[in-house]
Amino acid sequence: MSEYIFYPGCSMESSAKAYYHSVMSVCKALDVKLNEIDDWNCCGATEYLSLDRMPAYALIARNLALAEKHANGTNTVVAPCSACYLNLAKADHYMHEDKAFGKQINEALAAGGLHYDPGTLAVKHLLDVVLNDIGLDAVKSKVVKPLTGLRVAPYVGCMLPRPDYGNRYSDTEHPSELDDLLRALGAEVIDFPLKTACCGGHMTQIGPDTAFELIRRLISSADQYKADVMVALCPMCQMNLDAFQTQMNGYFKTDYRMPILFFTQLMGIAFGQKPEQLGFGSEFVSARQAMARIGIQTPEPVAAAAPAAKKPAGLPMPPPLKKGGDSTGSSEEA
Amino acid sequence: MSSTRSVNSPPTFLQEVKKRTPGESHVEMCIQCGTCGGSCPSGAAMQHTPRTIFAMMRAGMRDEVLSSNTPWMCVSCYYCTVRCPQEIHITDVMYTLKNMALESGKVQDTTASDFSKTFINYVENYGRSFEIGLAGIHNLTHVKLAARLPNMAPMALGMLTKKGMSPMPPKRIKGMNDLKKILKRAKELEAA
Repeated sequence: MSEYIFYPGCSMESSAKAYYHSVMSVCKALDVKLNEIDDWNCCGATEYLSLDRMPAYALIARNLALAEKHANGTNTVVAPCSACYLNLAKADHYMHEDKAFGKQINEALAAGGLHYDPGTLAVKHLLDVVLNDIGLDAVKSKVVKPLTGLRVAPYVGCMLPRPDYGNRYSDTEHPSELDDLLRALGAEVIDFPLKTACCGGHMTQIGPDTAFELIRRLISSADQYKADVMVALCPMCQMNLDAFQTQMNGYFKTDYRMPILFFTQLMGIAFGQKPEQLGFGSEFVSARQAMARIGIQTPEPVAAAAPAAKKPAGLPMPPPLKKGGDSTGSSEEA
Repeated sequence: MSSTRSVNSPPTFLQEVKKRTPGESHVEMCIQCGTCGGSCPSGAAMQHTPRTIFAMMRAGMRDEVLSSNTPWMCVSCYYCTVRCPQEIHITDVMYTLKNMALESGKVQDTTASDFSKTFINYVENYGRSFEIGLAGIHNLTHVKLAARLPNMAPMALGMLTKKGMSPMPPKRIKGMNDLKKILKRAKELEAA
């Protein structure tokens, strides 16, 4: 069994539960133990860095300090989210490279009784651990249901291969790691030219025109290559491409229906695990038809218009006002 | 040129940007090749391409740079950073420019900075981010009602039903008091 320090990140508890469940499921199968950092905090994504440098780095470094404190024999921190991974790696890198800066961050940490020695932890994304620590041979040995016949677009995104402070990936623009993993699972991997193009990041919120164009490029390219599904390894990428696909279609008057899955969901399927325990059915664009091609029955995603389990009145966002449509009556009854 | 200035002169704008960017950013090394702008996925939305911004920084056009929307349109994809033949940490420089723009009060369109502030407000109070609350507040304050309802309402419902997201704020971390002390000290250090 191999043990790692685990930094889940906020999305894993909210928008990316499918990722969380599938990560846990496949790590168990691979005999990987993930020890969650006690009382970790948000990494600040790209937002804190935009506002104020020193607290942004101190916020990230608190996680490194807590991880170092509870290292207990292992020195590798694993993050499944590309943005979290990059932030942790970035703080470690700059605290190490720029000693004066590192000293200042530690001065801030000291106000909370913490300290981090830069360079003592290795920060890795889960894909890196699967590929380089566990290895493809071990992965292949677990495959009982090869994904033969499933055409997959491997979407790596930006923050994993770039800027790549630790030189961990084969290329900053066309890395092959995700392709290799998916091939080991038996999938037919398309040579996806946009595999590290941007998903739009937070532009869905601040400049939707820009975000929709970036989402369109990715989806249409995968579609042109006749991919059945696209695979992501970051909650933000998955959310942008999946949840905003309908809006993007509306904006460009297109009708793409490209399911966006987490790589761990396909690993779980290949390992013979149940789709339900891997978070299938939580995607906006249903993966049901695509997975049926290889004989896997996945749950139908809950319809967006179906009555919400929680009362819409409790939402921080306005409920739909439009009357009519097939769901209005039932939601009023509920 | 910055190198010919006397050591006693006040720092140039370029030197200030360099000082406020961690590590060796090579910010003064730009050769104006334009690889950054040509690689930028959101360049079309920028008032000035990154190459232009670097020329403006060197020319000491502080106000023009700090009021440009360019850093705020940066999506942090790091294409420019890895492609720059001079190894300038362009994405990090964009973060520095955003920090300085906020301090100077010269930000023209605050949509992006308000989004960052709402995001961080949750983090500074709970230790965790809160996606639903963030999207909700941001859309209520920055998206016109006519666009909000048809687009955002189905999205919000989908987040709650399909993804099973909670509309409640996250649970506060145990070390919140210590985290507040850390952030307070860090802010003092940045301002010093």
